[in-house]
Amino acid sequence: MSSERRYTATHEWISPVGPEGRMRVGITDFAQKEITDVVFVELPKIGKKVETGGEVAIIESVKAAFSIYAPLGGEVVSVNEKIENNPGLVNDDPYGEGWLFELKVSDPAQLSTLPDEAAYQKLIVSGGGH
Amino acid sequence: MTQVEDIRDGEERVIERPPMEPTLWEKSRRGTKGVCSPGTDPQAVAIKIPAQLLRSEPPSLPELSELEVVRHFTRLSHLSRGVDTHFYPLGSCTMKYNPKVMDRIPEIPGFRDLHPRMDSEGMQGLLEALSICEESLASLMGMDAVTLAPAAGAHGELAGILIARRYFESKKDRTRTEILIPDSAHGTNPASAAMGGVSVRVVASGPDGGVDLDSLRDALSERTAMVMMTVPNTLGLFEKNLKEMIALVRSAGALLYMDGANFNAFMGVLRPGDLGFDIVHINTHKTLATPHGGGGPGSGPVGVTRELAPFLPSPRVIKEEGRYRLANPEGSIGPLRSFIGSTLVLLRALGYMKMLGKSGLRDVSLYALLNANYLRVLLDGVLPRKGEGLCAHEFVLSAKEFSNHGLHASDVAKEILDAGYYAPTVSFPLIVPEALMVEPTETESKETLDRFARDFRTICEKARRSPEALKGAPRRTPVSRPDEVGAARDPILTDPRSL
Repeated sequence: MSSERRYTATHEWISPVGPEGRMRVGITDFAQKEITDVVFVELPKIGKKVETGGEVAIIESVKAAFSIYAPLGGEVVSVNEKIENNPGLVNDDPYGEGWLFELKVSDPAQLSTLPDEAAYQKLIVSGGGH
Repeated sequence: MTQVEDIRDGEERVIERPPMEPTLWEKSRRGTKGVCSPGTDPQAVAIKIPAQLLRSEPPSLPELSELEVVRHFTRLSHLSRGVDTHFYPLGSCTMKYNPKVMDRIPEIPGFRDLHPRMDSEGMQGLLEALSICEESLASLMGMDAVTLAPAAGAHGELAGILIARRYFESKKDRTRTEILIPDSAHGTNPASAAMGGVSVRVVASGPDGGVDLDSLRDALSERTAMVMMTVPNTLGLFEKNLKEMIALVRSAGALLYMDGANFNAFMGVLRPGDLGFDIVHINTHKTLATPHGGGGPGSGPVGVTRELAPFLPSPRVIKEEGRYRLANPEGSIGPLRSFIGSTLVLLRALGYMKMLGKSGLRDVSLYALLNANYLRVLLDGVLPRKGEGLCAHEFVLSAKEFSNHGLHASDVAKEILDAGYYAPTVSFPLIVPEALMVEPTETESKETLDRFARDFRTICEKARRSPEALKGAPRRTPVSRPDEVGAARDPILTDPRSL
């Protein structure tokens, strides 16, 4: 568990992975359990610019298709190509091998405004849905 | 037959799973013929085919006699479940009984044998029937004009969005490019918006399942082109604040769209036009007794206000001096599909409307409401329901409490198959965890509803008492649990025997 990892009400996680605001994004363990087996992930193009809360990717499970929103605004600098051929990684290892994409976040200081682990757990208990 | 163990009602016994019908490839025998083909000798065929287009070996097709093929598909039809064989409480999709008399309409030779390229003079009867169909639908929806072109509900949504775009373009308003959609909406709404080239903003529901007025107020702006609402919403609830919502949208200068997929709940009772909607689609296959699903094609007529009528898709059926013709008006968004719509389907819808008349159509909805509420009360307390008080034509239960035992709504649905029914909708709407959406429709008898409620109650008790038993369901269907994850991740789309 990364102490720097932060969360969104729409069940994405974001965590710094390098200098200059490079951050990795995925979906939470709660989210992967809720949506059940992931069968397809539509990843963004590298270079795509997104605002905070903007739609970046789409995850399709056996249940339905879900939009993935950018926890913070920035530019997509990398995507996890492994999950294109093996979408089950999102279920098996949501915080590790199952990450979705990396952003170069425009304002890295904003990270601390997002809910931390404890606040996110509270959010789930209070019944937040996707 | 495969023997499987069944522990229904706590009593262990062995039941036999019905055999699956083999595929045509498994039954194929070299040299068997169902038809007399001209063979593969190009000389035997009168058409001149360029040499480079001729195949070098015979096509790989299963070889069976006509009777073997007939029996194959007849047996398959017996293994599947439909409204004609089982109670079919699939919510959100309105799988209702289509009176068999409607099958006679597309068989009328004057309609059936018309060539789609026939000129208007040669199909006055069909054009008159379609014109009457438009008028009947307009009067049922309370709209000024109707297009019959869209081939399905989602196609109707796309038509509505293109009409809205063209409307704002005609007013030189280029800022309105955003469409607001509640989070309980059908997934087709945002998909149609994306296809129509507008952006989507989602409006949150309140705790009661209705659209949250404050969220709607916050989302509305000078960018809002249209608000798409489903009435009653996908939880089977009439929006309590519908009047306020409509007023808010109006004062923001946006158009109001009704997804009329749930029109079976209120036809002849309320008219979308009277409520203040600008664009409305209905699904004839959900409401007006036309084939649904694989039995299609579908049809999704769209009604609009007078102001929007010039933008309707072409061709339009126009009546002039007692004659009918097809026209392509200048302001139209253009053709949406080939020819003039799913005509034989629309004729069935027309037949249904004329057969039942205004009061009969109203009765359809009143019985759909009555049946849903009767079943809702019978199931009261069995599983928690989303929403309070009366429901519309369907209601949504949550099977979330079973997740402690590792069970999902789909496990309950599979046990329902074993009890001899089609299953309710599962996992939709997404705002309800482990949703089971039940819609009985108007034609079910009290006895059927009583029996279903009793069996549903038994199944839920079983889920609490012996959850493991549900994981083996269904036991009485030829196929139990297909690997849907494997099928989606690693699809095999060709029968290996065909290669």
